Amino acid sequence: MPEVLKAPLVVEFPFTRSLGPVQSAFLTGLREQVVLGVRTTDGRTLVPPVEYDPVTAEEIRDLVEVAPTGTVTTWAWNHEPRRGQPLATPFAWVLVRLDGADTALLHALDAPGPDSVRTGMRVRVRWAPERSGAITDIACFEPYDGPAAEPAGHDGDFEDMVTGIVAPARLDYVYSPGRAQSAYIAGLAQRRTLGERCPSCRKVYVPSRGACPTCGVATAEQVEVGPRGTVTTYCIVNIKAKNLDIEVPYVYAHIALDGAGLALHGRIGGIPYDEVRMGLRVEPVWSEDGRYPDHYRPTGEPDADYETYKEML
Amino acid sequence: MRPIRDIAVVAFAQSDHRRTSDELSEVEMLLPVLHEVLDRTGLKAGDIGFTCSGSTDYLAGRAFSFTMALDGVGAWPPISESHVEMDGAWALYEAWTKLLTGDADTALVYSYGKSSPGSVRDVLTRQLDPYYVAPLWPDSVALAALQARALVDAGETDEPELATIAARSRASAATNPHAQLRGPVPHGDHLVRPLRTGDCPPIGDGAAAVILAAGDRARELCERPAWIRGIDHRIEAHSLGVRDLTDSPSTRLAAERAGAFDRPVDTAELHAPFTSQEVVLRKALRLGDDVRVNPSGGALAANPIMAAGLIRIGEAAARVHRGESDRALAHATSGPCLQQNLVAVLEGDAR
Repeated sequence: MPEVLKAPLVVEFPFTRSLGPVQSAFLTGLREQVVLGVRTTDGRTLVPPVEYDPVTAEEIRDLVEVAPTGTVTTWAWNHEPRRGQPLATPFAWVLVRLDGADTALLHALDAPGPDSVRTGMRVRVRWAPERSGAITDIACFEPYDGPAAEPAGHDGDFEDMVTGIVAPARLDYVYSPGRAQSAYIAGLAQRRTLGERCPSCRKVYVPSRGACPTCGVATAEQVEVGPRGTVTTYCIVNIKAKNLDIEVPYVYAHIALDGAGLALHGRIGGIPYDEVRMGLRVEPVWSEDGRYPDHYRPTGEPDADYETYKEML
Repeated sequence: MRPIRDIAVVAFAQSDHRRTSDELSEVEMLLPVLHEVLDRTGLKAGDIGFTCSGSTDYLAGRAFSFTMALDGVGAWPPISESHVEMDGAWALYEAWTKLLTGDADTALVYSYGKSSPGSVRDVLTRQLDPYYVAPLWPDSVALAALQARALVDAGETDEPELATIAARSRASAATNPHAQLRGPVPHGDHLVRPLRTGDCPPIGDGAAAVILAAGDRARELCERPAWIRGIDHRIEAHSLGVRDLTDSPSTRLAAERAGAFDRPVDTAELHAPFTSQEVVLRKALRLGDDVRVNPSGGALAANPIMAAGLIRIGEAAARVHRGESDRALAHATSGPCLQQNLVAVLEGDAR
C-alpha cells in the first residue's frame, strides 16, 4: 500500500452579510461609540440587541442606549489566544451585563492575570481606534472602578447607517484523501491510471473512492486502465475561468478509459474544438511535472463504435 | 403521550474512535460500520425503507462529503434518503418521524465526523451568531469554560467534582473497546480556566449507525428491541448572554415531552462533552445517584463530533438489547453550552 498522502488545505471566504434594522443601528452605534440595546415586549433591555423577541418572536424595534460600563457575569481565562480572537496576549473571555441592560454581551477582558478577574467585577468598553461598524469596534473590555457611565439617550438614528458587514473566515486543514484516493494519486505520479474493481458488480471505478456506489461494498482489487480512452460526451467551454491559463473555447469531456466501468472528466486538446466528437479516441498528455494528465489528445485511431461506450454516457 | 406507532432501535454499530484516521476517507471509515449494523439484523441495504444521515463538511473541510459517504450505502437504484447538518441523533429523529407516518417500516441512520484534518475548536466557532459572536472567534472550550465558571460561582459544582466526573467517565470506558480514552487520564493543566484538559472531550474521528424498525418488523429483527417510548428536542436562544448557563430548560422540556419523568430510568447516556455539562444535565433530568450515568464512558471518552449524540442513543439501546437495562434515557446535544437538546426514552419488553 502506498504512503497515505496529506496536503495543507485552506478554506477562506469573506462572508458579506446584510443587516436587519436593529443590527444596523447597534453596529452603527459601535462605530460612533454608542452602545444600544433593544426593549422586549416584557420591558427587558437586550444587549446585544436582536430583531425579534426571544420569547414571543414579535418584531422589536424600540432601541435604547445603555452605558459602556458594566458587570462581569461569568468569565474564563484564556492563556493561549488563538488566531482571530480580540487580543493577542492572555485575556479573559467575559459575559458583561452593561449598565442599563438585562442580558450580557460576550467579549474579551484585558486583565493582567486570572487572579485579577472575578464574577461581579466592574469593567468598561475600550474602543478600537479605527471603527467600521462591527462587533470588533469594541477592542475589548478593561477593569474600571468608577461610577456607572450615564448614557446620553440616543435613539439609534445615525447619519450613514451601516447596512452590512464583511466577515472574513479562514479555516486551515491538513487533508488526507484516504486509502483509495491516495493510491490513485500515487499512480498518476508514475503515469499510471489506477482503478478499483467492485467485488460484487465487477465494475472498475476510476478514480476509486474506496466503495462501489451501486453495491455499497468496499473496492480493493486494483486495476490499471487506459492509457487510451473514448470521448463519451463533451461540452464546449466559452467562459474563461479565473486564474486558469487556458484559451477559450475549449472542450471538456467525459472520457471512458479502456478497461474502466465509468467515465472520468478531462480537457481535450490537440484538435480544433469544433472537431471533437463522441467516440473520438484520445490519450493523456502529462503535465510538465508528470504528476497528472494535463489534457487528452486524439490518438489518430478510428472512432469507437457507439455500442462500445453507450453504457458510460 | 405514547407514539402512534411502536418503533424501536433494533441494531447499533460504531467504529473505534481514534485521534487520527489519515488512511481512511470518510466513506472508508463509515463502510465497515454500515456493514456491521446491517449484519446484526440480516438486512441488506436494499431492504431498508428510509436512510438518514448526519454530518458536516466543515469538520474535514471537504465539500459535499455526505454525498460521497452515500457511496457506502449503495444508493442505486435511487433510495429514499435524507441528510441533516446535525448530529446523527437528529437524523434518527427524522427517521423516527418517517416511520411514524407509515411510509417505511425500517430505517438506517448513520453519522460520522472526521475532526482530525482541522482545528475543531476553531471550526466550531463557525456555528455561532455571524454578526456579534463569530467575528471574535470564541472557541468551543472557551464557551464551555464560561458555563463552568458560572456553575462554580453559583455553587453548583467545584473543580474537584468536575475531576471526579472525568475520572468516572474514563474508568467506565475501560470496558468499551471503541472508546478513545480508556482508563485513567491525567486531569492536566488548565486549557481555558476553569476547565482542565481532563474536563474536555478527546478530539477524534469516528462513525456510528443505528437501525430502526416498527412493530412486528422490530420483533423479527431483534430479540429484545429498544422501544422508543418518547423522543423530543428543544432549543434555546442563540445569544449566550440571554441564557442562564447553569440550567438547561430545553433538556427539561424535551425530557418531559419524551415521558422521561413518568417513571424512573435505570440508565442514562448523556451527551456532555465537558464535565461541567454533566452537572447541568443531571439537574435538568433529575437523575438520582441510583441511575447509571454513561456506562460507555460518554463523550468524555470518545467524542466524534456529529456522531457522539447518536452513539448515546445506540449505547442506551444496546444495553436494552443485552438485557442490562429495562428503561434508559438517551440525550444528545448540539451547539455551544448545551444550546439544543434531544431526549429519548428507550424500553425493553418485560422479561
